Amino acid sequence: MAELTVSVVSADAEVWTGPATQVSARTTEGEIGILPGHEPILAILGAGEVRVKGTDGVWIKADAADGFLSVENDTVTIVARHAALA
Amino acid sequence: MGAQLRVYRQKIRSAQTTKKITRAMELIAASRIQKAQARVRASEPYSRAVTRAVSAVASYSNVDHILTTEPEKVTRAAVLILSSDRGLAGAFNANVLRQAEELTALLQSEGKEVVYYLVGRKAVGYFNFRKRAFEKEWTGGTDSPEFDTAQEVGATLVERFIQDTAEGGVDEIHIVYNRFVSMITQTPEVVRLLPLEVVEGVETPGEHDLLPLYDFEPGVGDVLDALLPVYIESRIFNAMLQSAAAKHAATQKAMKSASDNADTLILDYTRLANNARQAEITQQISEIVGGADALSSSR
Repeated sequence: MAELTVSVVSADAEVWTGPATQVSARTTEGEIGILPGHEPILAILGAGEVRVKGTDGVWIKADAADGFLSVENDTVTIVARHAALA
Repeated sequence: MGAQLRVYRQKIRSAQTTKKITRAMELIAASRIQKAQARVRASEPYSRAVTRAVSAVASYSNVDHILTTEPEKVTRAAVLILSSDRGLAGAFNANVLRQAEELTALLQSEGKEVVYYLVGRKAVGYFNFRKRAFEKEWTGGTDSPEFDTAQEVGATLVERFIQDTAEGGVDEIHIVYNRFVSMITQTPEVVRLLPLEVVEGVETPGEHDLLPLYDFEPGVGDVLDALLPVYIESRIFNAMLQSAAAKHAATQKAMKSASDNADTLILDYTRLANNARQAEITQQISEIVGGADALSSSR
C-alpha cells in the first residue's frame, strides 16, 4: 500500500517527520482524515491535536495550534507556529 | 629605569590586556556562529513549507487579495531595518544602514514617503543621533532572535499594510538585513516583502507533470488571509536569524583582526623597549668609563 510522507514543522524546528499510513487532524471546518492518494488540499488548522498513524500502526499525537495543513502527492505537511509532540 | 623604557613597557601591557579581551570575544563569537547557523537551518523546513503553500495559493488560484495585488500608486513605503544591539562587529551595522539610506533615496526619488521600523539598538541610536523619526523599535534580542518578536514585527507591519493609505497605511514593505553568506562574507540585502513576489521556492513539477489542483478549506480567500501573515512572519524570522548569524561572523572577524593588530603592536613596542634598554645601558657604561677616566687623569 502507498505511504504518506508526513512532516510536522514548527517555526523553529522540525518536530516530527517520517512515513505514515494515516493522518487525522482538525481544521476550522471539522475533522479531516487523510489516507494515501488524497487530493491536494490546503486547510487551516483549528485548535486541537494532530494524530499521525505510523507505518508500525502506532498513533503519534502532536499539538499543533495556529497553522495549516497541506497535502500534495502523498506528502503531508503540518505547519504550525507552535507545535510539540504530545 | 629610564622614562622612555617605562612608557614602552606600559604600552606593551596595555596592548596585552586588550588582546586578552579581543581574543575572548573572538572565541565567544566563534562558538555562537555555530549555534546561530544551526537555528537558521532548523527554521528552514518551516519557511520552506510556508513558501511552498503560499506559492501554491498564489499561482494555482487567481484570487484578488490585498496582499498580492500591486497598488496603482504607491505613496508610502515601510522599511524594516535589522541591525544589531552591540557594535564591535566591523562594518556590520554601517553596511546595513548605508543600504537602507540607498533604498530610501531610491524610494524618495520615486515620490514615495518612507517610514522606518527598526530592530536593534544600533539602528535606533543612528536615528536618534540624527533626530530622525521612526515608527517603532524592537531592541534587546538580536543575538538570539525569538519567534515571538518576529511575530510581533510581522503583525505590526501587516496591520499597517492593510490600513488605508489615506489613514496612514503603507503600500509597500521592504526589509534590509545582513545575509550570512559565509564566515567571511556577509552582504547587506534588500527584499520587498509586500506586495508579494513569491519567486523563491516555486518548484517546477518534476515527474508529476500536472500541477496539483489544490482544494482549499474553508475558502481560497480565508486560506490566503491566514497564510500571508504567517508567510511574512517566517520571512522576517528567517531574516532575523540570518542577521544574527552574520553579526556573530562579523564580530569574530573584527575581533580576530583586533587580536592580530595587538600582536603586531606588542612586537613593535618590544623592539622599541629593547632598543631603549640597550641605549640606557650604553649610556651608563659610557658614564662610568668617562667618570673613571676623569678620576685617573686628575690624579
